[in-house]
Amino acid sequence: MSDDIVNIEVDGEPVEAKKGQMVIEATDKIGAYIPRFCYHEKLSIAANCRMCLIEAEMGGRPAPKPLPACATPVAEGMKVFTRSPKAIAAQKATMEFLLINHPLDCPICDQGGECELQDLAMGYGRDISRYNDGKRVVKDKDIGPLVSTDMTRCIHCTRCVRFGEEIAGMPELGTTERGENMKIGTYIEKAVDHELSANIIDLCPVGALNNKPYRYSARAWEMTQMATVSPHDCVGTNIYAHVLRGTVKRIVPRDNESINEAWIADRDRFSYEAIYADDRLMTPRVKESGEWRELDWEEALQQAAEALKGAGENSAILASPSSTIEEAHLAVQLADHLGTSNIDHRVGRRDFADQDNDPVFPSLGCDVADIESQGAILVAGSNLRREAPILAHRVRKAALAGAKISFANSIEHDYFFDVATSLSGAGLVELLSGVAVAASDGKSLPASVNRLCDGVSASDDQKAIAASLADADDALVLLGTIAARHGAFSAVRALASAIAELTGAKLGFVSEGANSAGAHLAGLLPHRAQGGGARDNAGKHAGDVLDGALDAIVLVNVEPDADLHAVEDAVAKLEKQVFVVALTPYVSDALLEACDLLLPIGTAFETSGTYVNAAGTWQSFPGVANPVGEARPAWKVLRVLGNLVDAPGFEYVTSEDVRDEIQSQLGEVAADNAYKGTAAITKPNGEDAPSAEIDVPLYSVDSIVRRARALQLTVEARRAAGDTGEAQGEAA
Amino acid sequence: MSRAISFIRTFALWDLLKGLNVTGRNFFKKSVTINYPEEKTPQSHRFRGLHALRRYPNGEERCIACKLCEAVCPALAITIESDVSEDGTRRTTRYDIDLFKCIYCGFCEEACPVDAIVETRIHEYHMEAPGENIMTKDKLLAVGDKYDAMISADKAADAPYR
Repeated sequence: MSDDIVNIEVDGEPVEAKKGQMVIEATDKIGAYIPRFCYHEKLSIAANCRMCLIEAEMGGRPAPKPLPACATPVAEGMKVFTRSPKAIAAQKATMEFLLINHPLDCPICDQGGECELQDLAMGYGRDISRYNDGKRVVKDKDIGPLVSTDMTRCIHCTRCVRFGEEIAGMPELGTTERGENMKIGTYIEKAVDHELSANIIDLCPVGALNNKPYRYSARAWEMTQMATVSPHDCVGTNIYAHVLRGTVKRIVPRDNESINEAWIADRDRFSYEAIYADDRLMTPRVKESGEWRELDWEEALQQAAEALKGAGENSAILASPSSTIEEAHLAVQLADHLGTSNIDHRVGRRDFADQDNDPVFPSLGCDVADIESQGAILVAGSNLRREAPILAHRVRKAALAGAKISFANSIEHDYFFDVATSLSGAGLVELLSGVAVAASDGKSLPASVNRLCDGVSASDDQKAIAASLADADDALVLLGTIAARHGAFSAVRALASAIAELTGAKLGFVSEGANSAGAHLAGLLPHRAQGGGARDNAGKHAGDVLDGALDAIVLVNVEPDADLHAVEDAVAKLEKQVFVVALTPYVSDALLEACDLLLPIGTAFETSGTYVNAAGTWQSFPGVANPVGEARPAWKVLRVLGNLVDAPGFEYVTSEDVRDEIQSQLGEVAADNAYKGTAAITKPNGEDAPSAEIDVPLYSVDSIVRRARALQLTVEARRAAGDTGEAQGEAA
Repeated sequence: MSRAISFIRTFALWDLLKGLNVTGRNFFKKSVTINYPEEKTPQSHRFRGLHALRRYPNGEERCIACKLCEAVCPALAITIESDVSEDGTRRTTRYDIDLFKCIYCGFCEEACPVDAIVETRIHEYHMEAPGENIMTKDKLLAVGDKYDAMISADKAADAPYR
């Protein structure tokens, strides 16, 4: 028996616990439930609700008073009584005090039915209150469009306060005054604004902090809980959709320690509102001599198929990087049958020069959970908190554990931990070439970056970054989506991989959309086939394809104005094409202008499918919401299009059939981000200017998020809209 | 011997007289049938008939959309949709009771924390067209408004037993 184990006795049963553990952790492990409000396994111990009082005995001497289980460390020979008359009496007394000031508004409280206080009051509360005086009333606060407050219900567990300090790193909520006058608030009136802040809704054990868009719209017990995956970033955040009669009412986190732990980003939580946005495309529409006409699916699909058949190899498919792998697989097969290689999903990318040296699929370089055990991380070309809030949280955990975290980006962003070094104020190539030079100290630079580093000398900061990466046992160089959208991505990538190679660090990519990895694997690329194999006839990539004259273009969930921001005048270029079919959940002015046929498809919540996250994990999910209007899942539309153009093998009945097929065709594909290129890359000419435009704001990443009403009302979204001069639309 | 007695009885119309005795007795008793619909049988104030939604005296709807009646309904006859109302309170946007599904058990009334849904003593109603079996929120509130005096009196009569 090692020294780390101590033996205690819980309710007469011998239990082994780890040294330093609290009693509540030991009892939770064996399933002996102790009531609690303020204790949460992801947060520090506050011991201020006093609900977990237990009776304890040490060496035959009973503790004089009941002890809080969450703040009492286990000790050898300790005897714990969780359900002794004394413990129960203490817990009941605590409950009586909590209920003195708690309002009796359970019937209108959204927490009703899933409330920790309500549940425990059933077990530990009295039937009738002995308290006859006035109850405390606390004024509600306005803390933004995401979280509703009913502060009278607050029982001061301070979970939300500790979340801000410990998880978000941004203490947004705090307590003022003490005793009965204690209040939770933001000190000065402001909105909670952190990209993870809405997790306080789940943490709040009562109905004080609640989901604002969901307010009063359903009850916990009547909804069906369906497991799904968030479609907004490459992390593949696990979520539950709570569905009432086919309508998604809210999204809550699904615990997955290896991906998102217990947290989800606000973007994942509130984007569902866009399923029911006003600008959903309800029926297929066709443009006939400049006039839009609604038509039925059969006719619409026939028209699309005829156009594709006629166009043959002179056609193209552009798909969103958030398309499921099923959609990608079907799109690739459709293109193969038509004889075209003009297919791409990298709609935001600007520099395709070195695309032959892309990895088979862009991966994180390690598992999501492994980020927090890195010794040093360099995050380059990334606004990490906005691109992948969950990854930013992992990086913050690494920093708190002592890792040296450095950033290299044209613009400096705020991170709520001690950043070792932050490079900014210049182009990415300039910033990274110095680091590469510093890392090469004594070693020869890889051939690919020779010219890039020619004549570059490293500053102290750049040397510090190189040293931190080289010194750490586990180090990671993360390239973000700003880098991927950079005008000189080839140079940035070559430099980042040179740095990784020279310092012994891993190279990782934060890829765009939810399924860049899956789309790469499926071969939704002009130069690569499935699994990274070479294409005989390389087609045009997303940046070029619209310059040519094509007879038919299929857009799969791509908005020409907002998603094709890397292509200049995308709308005008599309308009000039002979026939543009858009599979889109939404209708917008740009789509109406650019396209000839609109086919309504379901959003990611209405379709079943599979996302491959940045760590290479395949996560399948069912369609959770009933399709809105005439919308159909995109994979079904593509399947029928395949039938209508007489493509062989389009006999799939379910999306699982498609997934199983591509899975068996692919086999095991190992993630390998290593850069294989040897040709020297030249210095970018004017492409390396620091530019804010290539950063896509947090709440503009995809068509769903852009239409989520509550998210667009946040300070973050309004600031982004103001900065880029975009019309604020609904947000105003 | 018994055959002889039976023979005499047959001719003395004994059975007929026995029957007439019963008839005669009931002929002068008070009648138990009534002339429905001019006359009605007495009803308990707990009679469970047609549903109604009540209002507070100031005209505000009582129902707060807690959906407890929907949850407790054993026949799944109640369908409620709720939202934030204009004044920020929790209100129903839809409150339907399917009278074909309803088994008039009165659980909805028991579950209601604000005495909003009640079963009135009205039992003489009918439907003429498909769809009329659905009591919508407007119809339920109309019943409540019309029979408010009766409902209040019944509630008051039952109060001592609660």
